[in-house]
Amino acid sequence: MTQAAATEHHEPVENTSTGLNSRKLMMWAFLASDVMFFGVFIATYLVYRGKSLVGPYPSEILDIPITSVSTFVLLMSSLAMVLGLHYVKAGEKNKATLWILVVVVLGAIFMGFQFYEFRTFAHEGLTPRTNIFGTTFFILTGIHGAHVTIGVIWMAFMAYSSHFGQLRQDNALDLEIAGLYWHFVDIVWIVIFTVIYLISASDGPPLGVGPTIIHG
Amino acid sequence: MTTKSLRMPQLFPRPKSSTGIWSWIGTVDHKRIGTLYGITSFIWFIVGGLEALMIRGQLASAENDLIGPETYNQLFTMHGTTMVFLVIMPLSAAFFNWLIPLQIGARDVAFPRLNALSFWVFLFGSLLINFSWITGNAPNGGWFGYAPLSGATFNPGLGMTYWVVGLNVLGLASIAAGLNFIVTILNMRAPGMSMFKIPIFTWMTLITSVLIVLAMPVLAVAGIQLMTDRVYGTHFFNSLGGGDPVMWQHIFWLFGHPEVYILILPAMGIVSEVLPTFARKPLFGYPFVVFAGAAIAFMGWFVWSHHMFTVGLGPAANTAFSISTMLIAVPTGVKIFNWLGTLWGGNIRLNTPMLFSISFIAMFTIGGLSGVIHASPPTDAQQQDTYFVVAHFHYVLVGGALLGIFSGIYYWWPKFTGYFLNEKLGIANWALMMIGFNLQFAPMHWLGMDGMPRRIYTYGENMGWETSNMAASIGGAILGLGILVFIINVFYSKMNKVMAGNDPWDGRTLEWSTSSPPPVHDFDEIPQVKYRDDFWFQKYPETIAEYHHDEHDQAVPSGAQLDEVEEALPVVSGGSYGHGDGHSAIHLPDMSYYPFILALGIAGLGAGFLSNNVVIAVGAVILVWGLIGWAMEPVNDPK
Repeated sequence: MTQAAATEHHEPVENTSTGLNSRKLMMWAFLASDVMFFGVFIATYLVYRGKSLVGPYPSEILDIPITSVSTFVLLMSSLAMVLGLHYVKAGEKNKATLWILVVVVLGAIFMGFQFYEFRTFAHEGLTPRTNIFGTTFFILTGIHGAHVTIGVIWMAFMAYSSHFGQLRQDNALDLEIAGLYWHFVDIVWIVIFTVIYLISASDGPPLGVGPTIIHG
Repeated sequence: MTTKSLRMPQLFPRPKSSTGIWSWIGTVDHKRIGTLYGITSFIWFIVGGLEALMIRGQLASAENDLIGPETYNQLFTMHGTTMVFLVIMPLSAAFFNWLIPLQIGARDVAFPRLNALSFWVFLFGSLLINFSWITGNAPNGGWFGYAPLSGATFNPGLGMTYWVVGLNVLGLASIAAGLNFIVTILNMRAPGMSMFKIPIFTWMTLITSVLIVLAMPVLAVAGIQLMTDRVYGTHFFNSLGGGDPVMWQHIFWLFGHPEVYILILPAMGIVSEVLPTFARKPLFGYPFVVFAGAAIAFMGWFVWSHHMFTVGLGPAANTAFSISTMLIAVPTGVKIFNWLGTLWGGNIRLNTPMLFSISFIAMFTIGGLSGVIHASPPTDAQQQDTYFVVAHFHYVLVGGALLGIFSGIYYWWPKFTGYFLNEKLGIANWALMMIGFNLQFAPMHWLGMDGMPRRIYTYGENMGWETSNMAASIGGAILGLGILVFIINVFYSKMNKVMAGNDPWDGRTLEWSTSSPPPVHDFDEIPQVKYRDDFWFQKYPETIAEYHHDEHDQAVPSGAQLDEVEEALPVVSGGSYGHGDGHSAIHLPDMSYYPFILALGIAGLGAGFLSNNVVIAVGAVILVWGLIGWAMEPVNDPK
């Protein structure tokens, strides 16, 4: 581990004007772009909160305990991601591969939850065409799911590279950049979870439409 | 940092030849990509111009029946879409590509293959959106695509789907290019070139790129929402399903107003290069021009609702957006005074680039002032959707952006090709454009004040609008003639070459220090930079004391601090993207077909949304092939 500590404290200085690696800089700039992308979808969701004219409404259909579990799974994948990067930098190939695989598996489990949730909702009569809640819910979480899927595929490549010795200490940056993306997608989910499942969990029909579901 | 043994099985050899069509398809050279951008967008410029001429032909007289209302709607929609997304933006991108590495003393952009991808995606996206003409279903909902007019209920058929899919594909190209230029400008500067020593055009490119990267995703969201509404029946903008058509306006203009600055800032950068060269003085107040550009880019995010004063957002919102819109005129005005200050007391030469740049200042000021007029909501209520608005934004986009771009074309043509564009034809080109442009758009001011609405395909004989409209149509024809003279000039100058040499205008920035046209590797030796306008001070070291002394004492004390920081960093070179071998042999990226393949896949996916799932599947397969091939292909094959 002393060797690992040494390598971590002596990151190579990049041969660029800022001293930052160009690919890493571009990933940060891309994430800024993606912030705007998710930001507008989330804003759309918030503007349209409580505007559904017909059910099912969020209060009738959202299953918060189940989604809390899947949220926990996704957040834990970020921990695995950190450990994976740590072990790649430390040169411990097998542990690195293992933790990157854990990221892949946890990401896949999250997608499984989302698939289950979408199927259940569709079964209970909520589709993107049902009402404005369905429209904004499915497109926002679906776009996030697409991001997670891309991340899972990317991480699977990383696990493969690590196992066959192509992801090493000297190119740990490849995993670090993938990790930036992965952590970002996680953070976005925290916002989405808060906005959809926590803030609007009790949203019923707008005033004057249908019976009010929530009583005290 | 390449994966070494993990390789795709190669279906074809890596492109190597430097001539022929495959050398263009496989190119990653920023100069060639710049040329591709320039030629492609100029062809679209001719298409968009012909659309404009047809519109003017229809409006030349009252109750004209040259073109029916359906075709007319398609013409003004495609004219706007073409000029904004397929002409001004990519023409600016042509300049970014050609100039940024040359201006910062680099050998290419940071990501040469990504750069090629941007161009190919742009090309396929532009073909996709224009393919709608062939199917007879060209988009007809205006370049702003207002819901519910752009929705499936009121606009069935594929037209607006072409528009929305095409714009999403084009947005990808813009974001990729924006990311590339941000990283290139921040990371690839020549040794010693701190941020306050980079040329002003490079600064404007950086600011524009930041705007592109942040604004295009907003358009992407609007596009995805409209597309799912149209194709899958969601309710984003459908009031029957609980959606709100006004939401489209908010999202579109949240993108749309920064977009206006995406269009104008590169032209401002060009003008800020041309004026000092032809006034033989440094740019007056360089830091103010930089900060004014940054201020415009920042404030550009808080003015979008001035496009929506008549929607009925209420007095509070209207007041707030009215104030922010008036405020954004301040940094714009700062720039105009900087340009005047640059000219003041200068030793002015009136060559063609200078004529275009000076005209830019005048025309852009007129367009800016008419813009401030409708920053006031009560005034705007009169002007909304009239020809006054059409006059305003054509003064800004033609009198502003396009004149700036023409100035840049005449200015840098010798650098791009090695020979001048003919000066006499250039002046004829400029004069015809100026006369035609003003004759076309000045009368629209009073047409608008008189209440003539936009987007009507004809008007009554008793409205008193015939003279002005006839004048505008004649002006349009003269403007078109000016463009024709430019095309003649390009061919005439090619056949009767007047060679230019490396530095024909006595320029100030690094691109003039290399040969014309530059070698493939741009610079034989990566320049070492000491001052802003370093090349000028190399030529005239006796002026260093005069200018540099002043700058250090008064204007930019922060520049001195930046220098110290810069020197403390172990900066080796901006010119090599190899890792750690900056001082060894010149090192260029190998050519690659994968950007082309990947772009084909992206366009295939887009075409799939317009046709059927088989095309989507084919597009996806090509896309995955391109992605994997790209990821597995090293930037440079081991020698």
